[in-house]
Amino acid sequence: MIEARGLTKRYGGTTAVDDLSFTVLPGVVTGFLGPNGAGKSTTMRMILGLDAPTAGKVTVNGRPYAEHRAPLREVGALLEARAVHTSRTAINHLRAMAATTGIGRRRVEEVIDLVGLREVANERAGRFSLGMGQRLGIASALLGDPRTLVLDEPANGLDPEGVRWIRNLLKELAAEGRTIFLSSHLMSEMALTAEQLIVIGRGKLISETSVAEVIASASTHTVRVRTPDDAALRDLLLQNGASVASSLPGRLEVTGMTSDEVGYSAAAAGLTLLELTPIEASLEDAFMAMTQNAVDYRTPAPATAGADASLERTAS
Amino acid sequence: MNATAPQLSAPHAPVVPRLRVTFPRVMTSEWIKLRSLRSSWYTLGAAVAAMVLLGALIGYTLGHRWSTFTPADHAASAALDGYQLAQLLIGVLGALFVTGEYATGMIRSTFAAVPQRLPVLGAKTAVFAGVSLLTMTVASLGAFFASQAFLSHYHHATSLTHQGVLRAVIGTGAYLTLIGLLGSALGWILRTTAGAIATLVGILLIVPVIFEAIGKSANGIAEYMPAKAGVSFITSVHASETLAPWTGLLVLCAWVTLAFVTAGYLVRRRDA
Repeated sequence: MIEARGLTKRYGGTTAVDDLSFTVLPGVVTGFLGPNGAGKSTTMRMILGLDAPTAGKVTVNGRPYAEHRAPLREVGALLEARAVHTSRTAINHLRAMAATTGIGRRRVEEVIDLVGLREVANERAGRFSLGMGQRLGIASALLGDPRTLVLDEPANGLDPEGVRWIRNLLKELAAEGRTIFLSSHLMSEMALTAEQLIVIGRGKLISETSVAEVIASASTHTVRVRTPDDAALRDLLLQNGASVASSLPGRLEVTGMTSDEVGYSAAAAGLTLLELTPIEASLEDAFMAMTQNAVDYRTPAPATAGADASLERTAS
Repeated sequence: MNATAPQLSAPHAPVVPRLRVTFPRVMTSEWIKLRSLRSSWYTLGAAVAAMVLLGALIGYTLGHRWSTFTPADHAASAALDGYQLAQLLIGVLGALFVTGEYATGMIRSTFAAVPQRLPVLGAKTAVFAGVSLLTMTVASLGAFFASQAFLSHYHHATSLTHQGVLRAVIGTGAYLTLIGLLGSALGWILRTTAGAIATLVGILLIVPVIFEAIGKSANGIAEYMPAKAGVSFITSVHASETLAPWTGLLVLCAWVTLAFVTAGYLVRRRDA
């Protein structure tokens, strides 16, 4: 269980995290979603006691992270930037980490096998590919067999095989009853792994919801209709309670009616249809819509990219 | 079983109360870290080699042309002059042991495992001090005996039991360790390898030169600078203006302590 209350982090004049409150419930995968620079990494570092909040507090299993006597047993963390000495071998890195908490060598060997690094265990971490580095980070996170895992962009920069590996591993870990808090800027990735969602933008909470709810809200169907009788059909559908938009002459986008209903109505009125296509809004669209609003009310659109980039640099 | 009952069937291992962070464990971790980097052994090896080889060279030169040297040069501690090179090596190692973690991001893993942070600073310091004291004392003894091997050939040998000799020989091990610790503390404070090493070199080599340039008026202060104060402890024959040996050691210890207090304050306060 992770609880953030009024969590705020300012770097000079920049507010990276702004009065953020949320709860990550045990036993489910919770996705932490937001565009780049939204404050995800900063929030995760505050959870782990690496960055001190400017205001507010965050607790893990009821206590600030730093007050746990065996932090590695409470929370396993994979941080976004690599956090491994490049000149040390994978196995020595894990041994050094394990030693702090009295975790034995057998467990070190176990996690190496678990993440599939056996063959390169005696190679220096600096020579690892991005994917192998992520595996080492996950091995490190699993050392203490923690109930809670905090993973910052675990799929970032991985090839499709690596992404699938992470996804399956997280599902297995969640199935074992662990709390998993997982950040990403990709809604599609979240939809495949997470149950709960915490969405932030510009450091502020946008939504604390479930993936199911987002899917439901994203499933407002639009029906695209091409017809030579666009004016007549438009009036007809409006009378039937649908809402109709038109982007081009001869084209209508209808919401509030299924394609079947549009088709029957047109036939009954003797109107010709040239095309009738149901269109489903994607999760990605729903996410974009959610975060776009949060970004828009604070910064004019053209400046957004630049501001995000600079915030990300400050935050990382 | 009702829906709100906690899930007890989760297959992960039961919580073992033994597993928690303790200071000896953090020391073990730091020891693994120190010994698992090749650069540690290269640097220590280079420092030992510098001490012993220069000790032999000085012993040979001194013995061979004994009459051309001043009485100050005849001091037994002259054979330990390799410390001038060794102090840079051990200082760099002390700094790297800390800044290597910041440069690679390892420090975040370290502090995630030990979020109280000060045990890390303490354990790193203790492990480094132990390893350094052991190897540098061996190096110093090696330098002394290497020089004596040549000096005895020329019948100018001295022994560890002579006035001030044992202090200088053992003291050189301690001096080098303290300089290494100073490098370490600068590493914690500055967090970059370049910054820490440049500052250490400034303290060891440049500060004395500056005081020399200022001249006599500043000499009183110059003796209290870390390098000069420490060197007064490792010289077996004493010049009049330098601090008394034990005072010198105390002054160097005070500098190192000051550096670590600053480091500890910053390490607790700063974001990792």
